[in-house]
Amino acid sequence: MTDATTAAAAGARRPTTAASQDRPSRMSSSFRTPSAIPGFGLTYGFVWFYLCLIILIPLAAVVLWAGSLGPARLFALATEPRTLAALRVSFGLSFAAAALNAVFGLIVAWALTRYSFPGKRLLDAAVDLPFALPTAVAGIALSAIYAPNGLIGSIAPFKIAFTPLGIFVALVFIGLPFVVRTVQPVLADLDRELEEASATLGARRPTTLLRVVLPTLIPALLTGFALAFARAVGEYGSVIFIAGNIPYVSEIAPLLIIMRLEEFDYGAATAIATIMLAISFLMLLAINLIEAWSRRRLGHAR
Amino acid sequence: MPADAPAMRLDSPTAESPAARFAITVIAIAFLGFFLILPLYAVFAEALRNGIAAYFESFEDPDTIAAIQLTLLVAVIAVPLNIVFGLAASWAIAKFEFKGKSFLITLIDLPFSVSPVVSGMCYVLLFGANGYLGPWLVKHDIQIIFAVPGLVLATIFVTFPFVARELIPLMQEQGTSEEEAALSLGAGGWRTFWSVTLPNVRWALLYGVLLCNARAMGEFGAVSVVSGHLRGLTNTIPLQVEILYNDYNFVAAFAAASVLAGLGLVTLAIKSGLEWRYGDQISAAHRH
Amino acid sequence: MELKIRNLRKEYGAFPALNGVSLDIRSGELIALLGPSGSGKTTLLRAIAGLEVPDGGQILFGDVDALGRRVQDRNVGFVFQHYALFRHMKVFDNIAFGLRVRGRDRRPPEAHIRKRVLELLDLVQLNGLEGRYPAQLSGGQRQRVALARALAIEPKVLLLDEPFGALDAQVRKELRRWLRQIHDETGHTTVFVTHDQEEAMELADRVAVLHKGDLQQVGSPDEIYDEPANPFVYAFIGDSTALPVTIERGRAMLDGAPLVLGPVDAPEGAARVHVRPQDVRLADESESVVSGRVMTLRRSGQYRRVDIAVGERHTRVEALLPPEAEIAVGDQVGLAFRRFAIFPEEKEPPKLGLAREAKAA
Repeated sequence: MTDATTAAAAGARRPTTAASQDRPSRMSSSFRTPSAIPGFGLTYGFVWFYLCLIILIPLAAVVLWAGSLGPARLFALATEPRTLAALRVSFGLSFAAAALNAVFGLIVAWALTRYSFPGKRLLDAAVDLPFALPTAVAGIALSAIYAPNGLIGSIAPFKIAFTPLGIFVALVFIGLPFVVRTVQPVLADLDRELEEASATLGARRPTTLLRVVLPTLIPALLTGFALAFARAVGEYGSVIFIAGNIPYVSEIAPLLIIMRLEEFDYGAATAIATIMLAISFLMLLAINLIEAWSRRRLGHAR
Repeated sequence: MPADAPAMRLDSPTAESPAARFAITVIAIAFLGFFLILPLYAVFAEALRNGIAAYFESFEDPDTIAAIQLTLLVAVIAVPLNIVFGLAASWAIAKFEFKGKSFLITLIDLPFSVSPVVSGMCYVLLFGANGYLGPWLVKHDIQIIFAVPGLVLATIFVTFPFVARELIPLMQEQGTSEEEAALSLGAGGWRTFWSVTLPNVRWALLYGVLLCNARAMGEFGAVSVVSGHLRGLTNTIPLQVEILYNDYNFVAAFAAASVLAGLGLVTLAIKSGLEWRYGDQISAAHRH
Repeated sequence: MELKIRNLRKEYGAFPALNGVSLDIRSGELIALLGPSGSGKTTLLRAIAGLEVPDGGQILFGDVDALGRRVQDRNVGFVFQHYALFRHMKVFDNIAFGLRVRGRDRRPPEAHIRKRVLELLDLVQLNGLEGRYPAQLSGGQRQRVALARALAIEPKVLLLDEPFGALDAQVRKELRRWLRQIHDETGHTTVFVTHDQEEAMELADRVAVLHKGDLQQVGSPDEIYDEPANPFVYAFIGDSTALPVTIERGRAMLDGAPLVLGPVDAPEGAARVHVRPQDVRLADESESVVSGRVMTLRRSGQYRRVDIAVGERHTRVEALLPPEAEIAVGDQVGLAFRRFAIFPEEKEPPKLGLAREAKAA
């Protein structure tokens, strides 16, 4: 259970940190503003020590290994047909799943914030299920449902599990909360007067939704999409059970990494991992840019 | 004189028509039911497929028992370490102004943007037989990969930000005035932390620990890379689920999975309870 | 456009927001709806716009029943307290919005829209800012854009909900003058809601005072101030003192002693004499209404604010006296009232404290 927070934080945390940056401070000359509160040295030192030990040095190992391969070899490994096929499957289906989640996540967020219906609170809590359910559990549950003899698989006119469609289903599942949880707070804070103003100016309800409400939700939607996409690209546990894992067809990039590692082919694994890391950092950058852009353009004031 | 009733009843001008409202609600419920409720139901239905006796029988498998014990062991090591880290990080970040703060926050969030498989792979490159430190470890007969230390490290990696990211925004919101008041009244640093700061963030801390623990016990991708799948030795519950499933022992696989699903549901219930009850004391991120 | 409101009712749960309000608004006038919060003034405004659906009554735009029409079809210009500008649209697109969302048959060509928007920008004195986003404007500028946007659709009536409530005092004063000017130039029938009596008095042709969902009084600022129709208006508008008296055989008795007011036209029983501080003056024994002892003296602007205790129970009477008045604390003085009103004691006396608080807010 996990990144419940990735989504929420994207919406709510970043402004906080931004505010603390904006705050005028006297630290222009010195590294730290003097404070009467003790414990900075101890905690600050420990944070960096632990961060380096657990996260930075291990990640540096990947970068180092990629570097030692040299660009030519790295490129050759990354463009090997089977690797390319796996990357295509991972990225393509992640994009499709995130897109579907953007549409339905918006509808779910709308229903959960604007309407009242029985069981709403329960359903709202259930949105976090993909965070709460371990990925392996979700994986076997989804494959049980969508397998040819499963609850849905047996009535579906085509095969779902053990095809790329099965991967798509799993990626929709794990990406579902991101869009809902990024859009929900924005929708809740949306000033009803905007919609009233639009109505007094003669706009019909669909026009208001399309031209007044939707544009204000775009940054949150994009953020939710990017988070769902980034999560889906790296996803492993919920996918491998339902994927079928047929090379060139339904083999995802993370699975290929594991297979290469099991063959002790660290180079090939590193090449795939490097591409995935690069893409996820690009996504992270994109999310930050979207937020900075929307903050600058729309401002905090009403 | 029809002066009393409006000529016709009109709905609120800023609401959709009842038909649209109904359609949107139905689509939302159907989508969530289809993708969320159904898989959850499937876990328990499959686990109980052969009756309650078969369900409990599957927990007599020594490998499953070992997996449960190992999962608890890993969580007991990983979660407290991340709590200590979370408290230290939030103290340093929220109570002080220093250069590079937002960069540090980004670094703390980093594990969330790394695929779990890549997280596990980092340690293989470091400690694996062919890794940077592999030969040295072999010489000194220290096993990290395909052993418990590797599982612990991978678990710490993927659960790294959970506690910190709950505490940092809340403590930033709360500012430093209460700590300064305590210090001015003569309290020491530790005393201030224990009796002023910690009580103020206790629900957020619980929230973070809950999420951290659930992920630690349920992590699959990262531990899958470093575990080696040695039955009874390096399999946590999720890995045991995979093995049982691949052995076509579906009832046992889903029975083990149901334990994790139950843990997830309990976590979700407490989490929702905390959000409803103490939303204002958790952090701005969860008020919805 | 002339507006007729007939017996309009609206309840929120058990709380009556409008208690059968009837009000005629003349074509081209600028009328203020004034009252404390919870008085129903905003509900009335929103009902006129069509943002609120009343439970009963009638709203006529000229001779047309407006309640049968949706807000989109009423053609009203509505200005919100917090501007409600579309943040993702530039100033130009905000103002053009109402014209662009019209049905194809009624939508003017883009060149006309452009001309109209630029005219409006000129009217609200924001030339050259059409390319800005609302976030790049000051509060006063935003409210002017909001007004231009409302005017763009050539509304039958202009409705403003506390239009200056979110602005600071200086800007508020400026915009007030400017709104009056725009109103006089364009001649729109304009209704605005305010809780600020100074704003209502300065700006409006007529003021409608509301309290607890009931219309208390409608009249010109002079009428409202000089001839309050009831104790609530007396207490809510301006300062006043209320002396508790008993009417006995046509005379007002304060703690058993008569006030020298001449014959009083009020029913027998408990009543209150309302008098404004500036209508209290010092008088010698022959013409004084009542006498009392000076309790406090304070300088307040060009006046001296004096509290005088009268009657056995030392009821406080406030007076604004010229600074040259020669009195000191403890003096026994006689008081005369230039203007006053007597209202019988209501079963439920108006909550003066609350009304004052709302006024100050």
